[in-house]
Amino acid sequence: MPIRTEPMTVNVGPHHPSTHGVFRLRVTFDGEEILEVEPVFGYLHRGTEKLAESRNYTHIVTLTDRLDYVSSMINNQAYCLGVERLLGVEAPLRGQYLRTIASELQRIASHLIGIGFFVQDLGALVTPLMYCFRTRERILDLFEMLCGARVTVSYARPGGVFYDAPDDFWPALDDFMKTFRAEFGEIEQLVLENEIVRARTRGVSPLPLDLAINCSVSGPVLRASGLEWDWRKMEPYDVYDRVEFDVPVGSNGDNYDRFWVRFQEIRQSARIIEQCVEQIEPGPVRLELPLLVRPEPGAETYARVEASKGELAFYMVSDGGISPYRMKIRSPSLINLTVTEHLLVGWKLADMIVTLGSVDINMGEVDR
Amino acid sequence: MNCVLGPDNILHDTLLYRVIYEWVGQALPCGLAYAVAGLVIMFILVNLVLLGAAMLSWAERRIIGRMQNRIGPNRWGPFGLFQPIADVVKLLLKEDLTPANADKLAYFMAPVLMLMPVLLVLAVVPFAKDTALANLNVGVLYVLALGSLTTVAIFVAGWASNNRFAMFGAARGVAVLISYEIPVVLSLLGVVLVAGSMSLADVVAAQTVPFLLVQPAALFVFLAGTSAELNRTPFDVAEAESELIAGFHIEFSGIKFAVIQAAEFGATLAAAALVVTFFLSGWSGPASSYIGWFWFLLKLMAVIFLFTWVRATLPRLRIDQLMALAWKFLLPLSMINLLATTLEVYFFRNSEGALSTADLWIMTGINLPLTVVCIVLFSNLVKDRVGPAAGRRQAAAGIPAATETGGAA
Repeated sequence: MPIRTEPMTVNVGPHHPSTHGVFRLRVTFDGEEILEVEPVFGYLHRGTEKLAESRNYTHIVTLTDRLDYVSSMINNQAYCLGVERLLGVEAPLRGQYLRTIASELQRIASHLIGIGFFVQDLGALVTPLMYCFRTRERILDLFEMLCGARVTVSYARPGGVFYDAPDDFWPALDDFMKTFRAEFGEIEQLVLENEIVRARTRGVSPLPLDLAINCSVSGPVLRASGLEWDWRKMEPYDVYDRVEFDVPVGSNGDNYDRFWVRFQEIRQSARIIEQCVEQIEPGPVRLELPLLVRPEPGAETYARVEASKGELAFYMVSDGGISPYRMKIRSPSLINLTVTEHLLVGWKLADMIVTLGSVDINMGEVDR
Repeated sequence: MNCVLGPDNILHDTLLYRVIYEWVGQALPCGLAYAVAGLVIMFILVNLVLLGAAMLSWAERRIIGRMQNRIGPNRWGPFGLFQPIADVVKLLLKEDLTPANADKLAYFMAPVLMLMPVLLVLAVVPFAKDTALANLNVGVLYVLALGSLTTVAIFVAGWASNNRFAMFGAARGVAVLISYEIPVVLSLLGVVLVAGSMSLADVVAAQTVPFLLVQPAALFVFLAGTSAELNRTPFDVAEAESELIAGFHIEFSGIKFAVIQAAEFGATLAAAALVVTFFLSGWSGPASSYIGWFWFLLKLMAVIFLFTWVRATLPRLRIDQLMALAWKFLLPLSMINLLATTLEVYFFRNSEGALSTADLWIMTGINLPLTVVCIVLFSNLVKDRVGPAAGRRQAAAGIPAATETGGAA
């Protein structure tokens, strides 16, 4: 006797533990299999772009902290690069080095969170996540030495960085780099070679390269699909042209590759930091700029960086005032979400959660 | 009134019951004494299990805490030992919510239904010499029958909650429990064959060589199967926190939630006790006539540590992979084990149908390599087959294949 079944529509989110913030998916299931997906977001909308129009250029730095709140350093850096280009100035070399070191540390921290929550989504009972957090905590300690804050750092400023690193920062960074590889190796062993992780992620939700390019996907998600595309290489900013590093590239674009690429990028970030520490020389860290800068009327810029989640860009237009006439943020998480439907439809509920984890979105950045 | 339990009574072998009955029977009419002794036994059992579940929740949190570079609960009482009490008090004081469209009666019954089989299973487990609360001659059958009752409880909980996530959890739970019941039963058949009895006390007595060695395949299947039935990682698809939030018990709060938690920890305790009884020679050990309970507890803790360790380490399998594991891996493995054991018992047993210690060692020599070979062979076979069902997705999605979306690359 055939059993009559019918599709069931479920709201996954906005308060679901695995949607990484307040993200909502209206999903129609046939049993466990996904028939339709409709992503709904906007629950964390704070109007950052509009707020920026009534803040001066220095104040906006604190708004950028709250975009992707697990990679504030990189957000600060991207925004400050934009303001510097609006003004037609360049930060002193030591300031650029400090920004690069901080950004790469932040990239490690952000990827660690991505990896930790990815394995958490796979169903591991917090253990790998706690291993990741152990390392991330030490990075946050370093940030605290740099600027007094741990998460919303506001370290980079238009024209350099807020303040030179204290003397005890360098030994602490050395100490961290020494133990980091061993700690990271532990995490790698625990998850990357786990048979269940492989069985769950290999070949699941592949993203074809042409679709990724057409949808303007960027960051680890794009690189996992097989394109060597990194703004640190393509359009070097700060001191990325002075350091050597590789751009890890996946081949299948499946969940495993997206996850694997992040692991490799952490290693490359460590390489960059080590070279920066060797090269950095004493000097000023910040340009002497007036408190309220006024770019030329009509000046505009599109400043992009390779953030931990992809291409983060600030488009700014000046009307000659103390705040931008318009500031548009190109957030990688939002753009990467455009392939959601393609990635999820046809797979199972359990894969859906893992795939969302592998795209590594951050709602602070998606909703802005 | 000097009531005496005759040897023909089913409870005659249960020493604890007999002692209580005869002591109470000095003052009460025999019928009443029979009931009172039963109530006393039940009182002991319920409190023992709940206390055990509470201790287990503390132990598990501490162990997992250490494994995760944390400390775990350590504030309330020595080493945080009173933490479970604080938890229960908190849950008792919380509001007991019932969803608006819930099936009230079923919703009320579900936690009790979950706890009941756990309590009853532990009644037949011999904790030490003659200390089982009921020494049933069909113990193994009784244990298996009660184990499958949890299925009903999970489905009732999921259905009564009137929540789609709960329904998902319930459907998954039933699928998993029914699938894993079969290999578990088959694995225990091997144990019963070697022991020559279904009474748990006899199974313990038969283990002159622990069945861990004589029946390694059965142990493997039983451990995997019970992990699945207990909803513990890597098989916790019915609760699946990251997917279904809490699965079938998503709507339960307050004391109902506490009872479900107690049932889950109690079930872990019961499963560990069964592993000890069936495979680790129960309460036997040096001077076991006096300190059998000590050996039992020691082995129990070792098994629980193993369960906890697995839980803290492994991610979850997907539901189809879980089914593949049950049907393509555990079921054939348990069948091969059953076949091998049947042949061995047929050829080795003496005229009274019993096996000597030497026979058991010979069986160990055959079964251990057999198990290793089977596991290696099967795992290689299954590994290729549990991959994702590629190709289905496009048909289901109605999304054009990747090559048609444009060739910007």
